[in-house]
Amino acid sequence: MAIKRFVVGNFEEEAVLFPAVKKVRMAGYKIHDVYTPMPIHGLDHAMGLRDTSIHTAGFIYGITGTATALSGISYALIYDWPLNFGGKPHFALPAWIPVTFELTVLFSAVGMVLTFCYLCQMAPFVRKHHFNLRSTDDQFTMVIECTAKTNETELKAFLKSIGAVDINTQNAETGWWLGTYSKNIASVDNTKPILA
Amino acid sequence: MSAFKYESQVRPPIVAGDKNYHQITEDIVRPIENRPSKLWWTGFLIAVLLLCFGIFSVTREVIYGTGQWNLNKTVGWGWDITNFVWWVGIGHAGTLISAILLLFRQGWRTGVNRAAEAMTIFAVMCAGQFPIWHMGRVWMAFFVFPYPNTRGSLWPNFNSPLMWDVFAISTYFTVSLLFWYCGLLPDLATVRDRARLKWRKFFYGMASFGWSGSTKHWQRHEALSLVLAGLSTPLVLSVHTIVSFDFATSVVPGWHTTIFPPYFVAGAVFSGFAMVQSLLIVSRKVLHLEDYITLEHIDVMNKIILLTGSIVGVAYLTELFIAWYGQNPYEHFAFFQNRANVLSPLGWSYYIMMGCNVVSPQLFWFRKFRRNLVLTFFMSVVINIGMWFERFVIIVTSVYREYLPSGWSTYYTPTIWEIGFYLGTFGLFFTCYFLFSKFFPVIALAEIKHILKKSGNNYKEKMDKEEKESVETFAHEFEHAH
Repeated sequence: MAIKRFVVGNFEEEAVLFPAVKKVRMAGYKIHDVYTPMPIHGLDHAMGLRDTSIHTAGFIYGITGTATALSGISYALIYDWPLNFGGKPHFALPAWIPVTFELTVLFSAVGMVLTFCYLCQMAPFVRKHHFNLRSTDDQFTMVIECTAKTNETELKAFLKSIGAVDINTQNAETGWWLGTYSKNIASVDNTKPILA
Repeated sequence: MSAFKYESQVRPPIVAGDKNYHQITEDIVRPIENRPSKLWWTGFLIAVLLLCFGIFSVTREVIYGTGQWNLNKTVGWGWDITNFVWWVGIGHAGTLISAILLLFRQGWRTGVNRAAEAMTIFAVMCAGQFPIWHMGRVWMAFFVFPYPNTRGSLWPNFNSPLMWDVFAISTYFTVSLLFWYCGLLPDLATVRDRARLKWRKFFYGMASFGWSGSTKHWQRHEALSLVLAGLSTPLVLSVHTIVSFDFATSVVPGWHTTIFPPYFVAGAVFSGFAMVQSLLIVSRKVLHLEDYITLEHIDVMNKIILLTGSIVGVAYLTELFIAWYGQNPYEHFAFFQNRANVLSPLGWSYYIMMGCNVVSPQLFWFRKFRRNLVLTFFMSVVINIGMWFERFVIIVTSVYREYLPSGWSTYYTPTIWEIGFYLGTFGLFFTCYFLFSKFFPVIALAEIKHILKKSGNNYKEKMDKEEKESVETFAHEFEHAH
């Protein structure tokens, strides 16, 4: 990923953030992301994000688990080593329900969590640029990407007019890299626009 | 103010005091950033000592075999399986709070869910020890896993409830752990971003997986939590159902009972909530979290204890009735001689069970008792003793005098190493809990912040005022217009 330039505005109240998101989008700026300390219902729609389909993934993992359990048990108890329990049928589906159910849940849960971590690019020792450390505490941080056409001064004034505080510009790496949070990152020169 | 419109005025606030987002972070992260108190060290050391005694007891059992325990010809499952069922049951309250109450949109769960989920994980860890070490030749434990092997391939019996247990408990542990940790990620990121010390930045940076709080990530996180809750709900019911199948699918009088699955699940939730109460009443005091775990929380949980305790009571009476009504002499003997007969060798355990589980929770019909912390703490201990005896009654009194009088063992008492093993799991549980309360946010930060503006005390007061004002303005304008 490349280093890009961003204008960062912070908000203290959800009630200010919501109209601000709409105004920024109406004005034609591109919101890179909004970082919040807790989930805010409806913000994703206000930002124009599409719904997540992680549930569909969960369903697919689930039926994979069901299929694995049923085929695995069938193979073991019917084909590979059939045992005669008092003449009862080898295909004893009711007795297999518990194991089948557990594997369905297990596959679905583990698969979904791994998918979640993959989609959000999260793992131990993954490091990202954080625009505002208070965005995990009590501030809502709106990050707007600068393009060649963006007038930073104008954008900052606009953000101020819609209620943002602590407005600043940052050059930041948008992706992730391997590293720990105990080491300071080699400082990026934040003074100059990189899209000159 | 339209966002607040649907929050009932009747509902008491679940975050007390004058809080804002930053204050919540301060309050909950404080115990992590401060040095642990003397009380913490004392508790932690006691727990570690107990754990060491447990390890010693188990080591003896591994070296000398299960002969170290007083199990005999008919009592093949003694304290160990009693303890197993007891610990698994305790775990159930955590999942009930985190999953079922999430699906039912119960706001009050946010104050207690993190600690309760941690309790679940630690309790299941303790429970797992018992069947594992009960195997005797524990180095063969991997035989339970179905994998192609050079023994045939020889497969485990998928038609056996003991095999179902292996799958149920291991799935339950895995899913609970994932659910808990996913919820922790944003809160660990909060601790990371406040950290000044290098090791703390390193540790919480690693543990928070680089969480940033992006809106898209929150959206996925919410969807994930909801689906995991949806999966955990039938899972938690299945786990204790399957544990009850260990008994119910047998042909032992006293075990062979169709009422077992719902009765076990209700009992599990009952004992689990009692354990949550014990832990939280102490935690809120020691960590100064009275504003987040309020009397309201204690009250609501006591109501659940009353409900599930009464369900358990009905189940006990149903069992007795069916034993009489069924007219099976062996069944009748198990219930009316081995258990309900107070003069029989183990009859006393049945009355401890009845007294602790059925009679004592009836106190909680009264609001005054539900909101009394000392009484609640005392009751939570009483209930857990009672629930331990329930499992003891089911497991031991059913088999110590069954079909053949020649096989009757008059009395089963544990050896010191069986007791040591049990105490050791307390050590394991509390060691884990003490470490958790020191290094992790005991209350779900993000979730409390999420409900603050609906259910926080100061916000509710404001809401009250606004509602009254708007009504008055309306009345005034209305009068004016006519």
